[in-house]
Amino acid sequence: MIKAILIFNNHGKPRLIRFYQYFAEDMQQQIIRETFHLVSKRDDNVCNFLEGGSLIGGSDYKLIYRHYATLYFVFCVDSSESELGILDLIQVFVETLDKCFENVCELDLIFHMDKVHYILQEVVMGGMVLETNMNEIVAQVELQNRMEKSEVRTFLNSFL
Amino acid sequence: MALKIVKGSIDRMFDKNLQDLVRGIRNHKDDEAKYISTCIDEIKQELKQDNIAVKANAVCKLTYLQMLGYDVSWAAFNIVEVMSSSKFTYKRIGYLAASQCFHEGTDVIMLTTNQIRKDLSSPNQYDTGVALTGLSCFVTPDLARDLANDIMTLMSHTKPYIRKKAVLIMYKVFLKYPESLRPAFPRLKEKLEDPDPGVQSAAVNVICELARRNPKNYLSLAPLFFKLMTSSTNNWVLIKIIKLFGALTPLEPRLGKKLIEPLTNLIHSTSAMSLLYECVNTVIAVLISLSSGMPNHSASIQLCVQKLRILIEDSDQNLKYLGLLAMSKILKTHPKSVQSHKDLILQCLDDKDESIRLRALDLLYGMVSKKNLMEIVKKLMLHVDKAEGTTYRDELLTKIIDICSQSNFQYITNFEWYISILVELTRLEGTRHGHLIASQMLDVAIRVKAIRGFAVAQMATLLDNAHLLTGNTQRNGICEVLYAAAWICGEFSEHLEDPMQTLEAMLRPKVATLPGHIQAVYVQNAAKLFATVLRKHDGETESQAAQETSQLLIDRLPLFVQSANLEVQERASCILQLVKYIQKLQQKNVEVAEEVTALFAGELNPVAPKAQKKVPIPEGLDLDAWINEPPSESESEDEKPKAVFAKEEPKHSRSRHTEVDEKELARRREVRKQEQANNPFYIKASPSSQKVYDAPGVEHIPVVQIDLSVPLKVPGMPMSDQYLKLEVERRQKEKAERKKKEKKKKREKRGKERKADSGPESEEDITPAHQVDIVTEEMPENALPSDDDDKDPNDPHKALDIDLDKPLADSEKLPVRTHRPEALKSPAEDRDSESVPQETKKKSGKEKKKDKEKDRKRSKEEKKKKKKHKEVEEELLESQPEEAVQSEETKEAAAPPTSTSAEASDLDFWLSSAPVPPAAQEVTAPSSAAAAVDTSSAAAPESEPDEPKDTEPEDTKSSKHKKKKQKKEKEEKEKKKKKRHHHHHQHHSDAGGEDSVQNGTVEEEEPLPPMSNYSLLAENSYIKMVYDIQGNHQDESKVVVSVIFENKSDSFLKSMEFNVLDSLNSKLQRPEGAGAHDSLTVPFQLPPGVSNEARFVFSVQSIIMPQKLKGTLTFIVKSDESSTHEKLDFKLHFTCTSYLITTPCYSDAYAKLLESGDLKGSSLRLEGINMPFHHLLARICFHHHFSVVERIDSCASMYSRSIQGHHVCLLVKTSDQTVSIDAKCDEPSLLGNVLDEIKQTFSKC
Repeated sequence: MIKAILIFNNHGKPRLIRFYQYFAEDMQQQIIRETFHLVSKRDDNVCNFLEGGSLIGGSDYKLIYRHYATLYFVFCVDSSESELGILDLIQVFVETLDKCFENVCELDLIFHMDKVHYILQEVVMGGMVLETNMNEIVAQVELQNRMEKSEVRTFLNSFL
Repeated sequence: MALKIVKGSIDRMFDKNLQDLVRGIRNHKDDEAKYISTCIDEIKQELKQDNIAVKANAVCKLTYLQMLGYDVSWAAFNIVEVMSSSKFTYKRIGYLAASQCFHEGTDVIMLTTNQIRKDLSSPNQYDTGVALTGLSCFVTPDLARDLANDIMTLMSHTKPYIRKKAVLIMYKVFLKYPESLRPAFPRLKEKLEDPDPGVQSAAVNVICELARRNPKNYLSLAPLFFKLMTSSTNNWVLIKIIKLFGALTPLEPRLGKKLIEPLTNLIHSTSAMSLLYECVNTVIAVLISLSSGMPNHSASIQLCVQKLRILIEDSDQNLKYLGLLAMSKILKTHPKSVQSHKDLILQCLDDKDESIRLRALDLLYGMVSKKNLMEIVKKLMLHVDKAEGTTYRDELLTKIIDICSQSNFQYITNFEWYISILVELTRLEGTRHGHLIASQMLDVAIRVKAIRGFAVAQMATLLDNAHLLTGNTQRNGICEVLYAAAWICGEFSEHLEDPMQTLEAMLRPKVATLPGHIQAVYVQNAAKLFATVLRKHDGETESQAAQETSQLLIDRLPLFVQSANLEVQERASCILQLVKYIQKLQQKNVEVAEEVTALFAGELNPVAPKAQKKVPIPEGLDLDAWINEPPSESESEDEKPKAVFAKEEPKHSRSRHTEVDEKELARRREVRKQEQANNPFYIKASPSSQKVYDAPGVEHIPVVQIDLSVPLKVPGMPMSDQYLKLEVERRQKEKAERKKKEKKKKREKRGKERKADSGPESEEDITPAHQVDIVTEEMPENALPSDDDDKDPNDPHKALDIDLDKPLADSEKLPVRTHRPEALKSPAEDRDSESVPQETKKKSGKEKKKDKEKDRKRSKEEKKKKKKHKEVEEELLESQPEEAVQSEETKEAAAPPTSTSAEASDLDFWLSSAPVPPAAQEVTAPSSAAAAVDTSSAAAPESEPDEPKDTEPEDTKSSKHKKKKQKKEKEEKEKKKKKRHHHHHQHHSDAGGEDSVQNGTVEEEEPLPPMSNYSLLAENSYIKMVYDIQGNHQDESKVVVSVIFENKSDSFLKSMEFNVLDSLNSKLQRPEGAGAHDSLTVPFQLPPGVSNEARFVFSVQSIIMPQKLKGTLTFIVKSDESSTHEKLDFKLHFTCTSYLITTPCYSDAYAKLLESGDLKGSSLRLEGINMPFHHLLARICFHHHFSVVERIDSCASMYSRSIQGHHVCLLVKTSDQTVSIDAKCDEPSLLGNVLDEIKQTFSKC
């Protein structure tokens, strides 16, 4: 199970948070801070796994993260997930973002948090991996976007 | 109307959207909070508008603010409004917001039930998808119960997109509503073979997640997963399955054997590191679960270790990390194979990556030996000095202590060194582990007597320099060490050089700043030191020193008397008064030292941590019974006490009050004592148990030379290094000496052998620096060996521990959509129900009943349909052309097993059949055909992975299949007939029941006639004796004869004496000192009509022949008027069967045994046996202590072992009332006798 997915930048500003277990807002912020603290002091050439997050879970949980330019993508998972598998999944997720936003950068995530959520929803659902095939994910996201556009169009048409 | 809409949308144009909000926040970096609060005000205004677009926009912004840490739960109702919009765009926004901020405590959730249901059944797949996604985040027990059925329907949706989401969400539903697991499981299982890989992967995901928590319930799915594993190419699915197998193998070793080969293949073939790593992991799990008896395991271990070494050596830090992680799993069971990679692991300790260093630390635990412990710890100490973060340093500290203290300080050769290490560790700033160091100090000082002198000296120094430890407020954790130091100095004060100085140090005013519990120890031990000082100056008249000491205490103790800590206060005031009194006596020149020392006399021994828990409950003690008469029934006990003792209530409710008068109790006690004395299995309290602690006193231990010059004077200096040097020198010296000796020997033996090992010295060669005597921890007598660790009772997965193979009951159908009038519960109630899901059930019991009633009609119909369906399926199966025999696995998958037992036995069959997967099956020369045929009855599985598989066993398998099927058919027919004839009879319509005898694990369906192992020994009008003989594997020359004495008369029987005339071969074990012909007293008396059992131990030499021993029982019959002496003769018959012990045997081991050719054969034919085959087997099992290894149709292989280790194998076949038994055993005469006895058993019936 994936317990939480956090995306924040090099300064610890959250860009997307997705908890699959309930935490109150202040606790969520604390977790983000702690995770940022743990992750940010690590060099880029050390391993991508780390233990010791005291706030989520406990000994069974692990942080698996990847650092892309200005952003950290952190997945908090338990022992039923394969470590390398999750690393691959982060890669898939980021590549999908790249496809959907066309050369994704931090600004895309800042201004379109909702869209990032919708994409993530096609990858992970309720803490379990839903789809790992990038083409399938992109196709579903695009279909939904198209639906949204058609709804906006009919809405606008109603005025004319 | 139109105008209003236009107005709304124009308004909207002026509203901020999400992008504007984000931009705004970025532009107000200085007063962000203020800006956001104005935005929230705007949002509140927007939410008040009717326009759904405006609302959705507001909710979208709230979702963003939630991420920044703002509580937006106040808008929950608006979120529900947006969720229920008919437009996908808004709906999606609503569900997203809900999934981010709804949780079980959100009270508006219950308003969403119908909306979600509507969305789930929407024709638009994306509406459904969005609803499922949202629901997966905020599903509550109520939602789960109400929507379970809807979601289950979606699992068969036409669109795979919906199917996979529905499948995944089922896991969440199960968690919240465990009752749904059983009804939904069959469909979930179907989804494992969904044509869409996404759905399949989702199903695997869910089942793996379920099985991880309760693996035993999912064992029956192993064949299906095995098939998936060999056929799937999706690495995600493979990883999950392989992980799942890792969880299943500990439960079923046979599964592990089957897995090893395909996994090894995958390891060799895959290029995906993630898959490779999981394979290695699971192979490790398999190897752990299998006993190391199998020869080809070392190869697998080698393969794993070798692959892991490649990972660890990789430049990718991730692989390095995982390699170390997996290595630590191997370490537990195969430390040797890991130890050979010590170089690599030590290298990882220097890695720049903390995660990797931590993993390497874990491994160090298994790397240490007597030889390298000091070296490794030295290295770790260097790391401690360098470590930057406290977490890593604390981790190092605990590891050092772990490594040193493991298995009772096994690897420590020099305890002085260890104490110095501990003292050095106290210099760590801000560590949390002060108590850990303290407990180690205490442990060593108490248990290693030889070290006490040294330890006390070190502790005294610590106390003297306590200001170094306590000076800084940050170092609070470490002051725990002073607790240990004070106690050690006090308790072993006789070793102190200058107790006066230590006493002074312990009474400094600064001590009052320490935590209370430490002060208390200070005060108490100050008193001990005081006693020591007095004794030192004992005899000196008018000793100035002694009086000064008293004065010191009287001066300093009042500080502690004022302490806020009760314990400190109490002890201090007590001791203060005592000292004052002593001072008076001193002034009168009275000798007091003796008395004061007596206060602290006696030695404390270490007690094992769980000693208290392990004290067994004495026989006959019922902790639940009332001690006094229970309060009268009429009192209303249901109201008040329950409120107070709500939690304890269930325990006491079972209590029954036993009314026994004292005489009876005394008598029972007596009986019990005697019984215990006579019971060979009762572990008696050994009278010498105390010797253990007293005998090896300090005198025996050579005096330790303490090099006090440097370390004691400079407290902060690292001195452990010194010991390292000393140790090296000492070892070299020893080695040199040893070599000299060897040389001498060699010279003596010159020319004979040159075997002397010039290689590295082995573990045993290193002698400890000084003789240490590690006192073991005290345990209560008769301690129970097992201690069950309680699981976390709050684990939600506990509720999912459900047997999935049982057929569904009517009551278990999921609640179907109904209107729920109670849906609007008060929020308080709702909150209650989340915290205790069980309560929900009770509370909503009524509505459930309603639901059920409605369901029942439907479900009955469904059931009928299902039944029909099943029958059709079965027919299809049976009418399948017999030529088209598929391999077992594919068949399993194609035909859903019809019943539990069938499934269980199918699993057994699958597991016991050859391990070669169908994909890997190769047709090659029939070289092993002979062997396979020879052991066909045992379905001989070859465990060698490379064993070529020929066509012939394949054939036998299929023919077996045919038989099985035919038999099933036959039985069905027979049963149908029977049903027609005796309709009133209760029948078990379980076709698979017959096959379930395998290994004797599954219960018999048809009732067996009652059987008893006790046979009559002797009988007269007063008494009846029946007996049974059992052996055990522990002792190959002893059997236990249990005799039940039954008083048949109306009189009291007492003074029973049991005697047997020993033969050369068999002897009754008599207590020490008794003569060879003395009789044994039966340890009880028998009131009229009572029976009791006594056990007698016999020693036997040869067990290959049956034997009869003559014996006599004498007893006194006591009636009201008279008492007479009576006598009863008997013959104890030691059959050969009684030397056999039921021993389970796996079919492969059995096959090997038969192949080995060491066994000699014999056979037996029984005619006219008119009983079902399984009864026959049960009889052999029961009366002759065999176990069924394997059973196929009317043929079974059985196994047993004698107490002296003879293997006895039977192959039992039956046809038309004739039973033929082919037997093999390594002792022909034993076999002959056993067969004779079997024959007799069946001739009796």
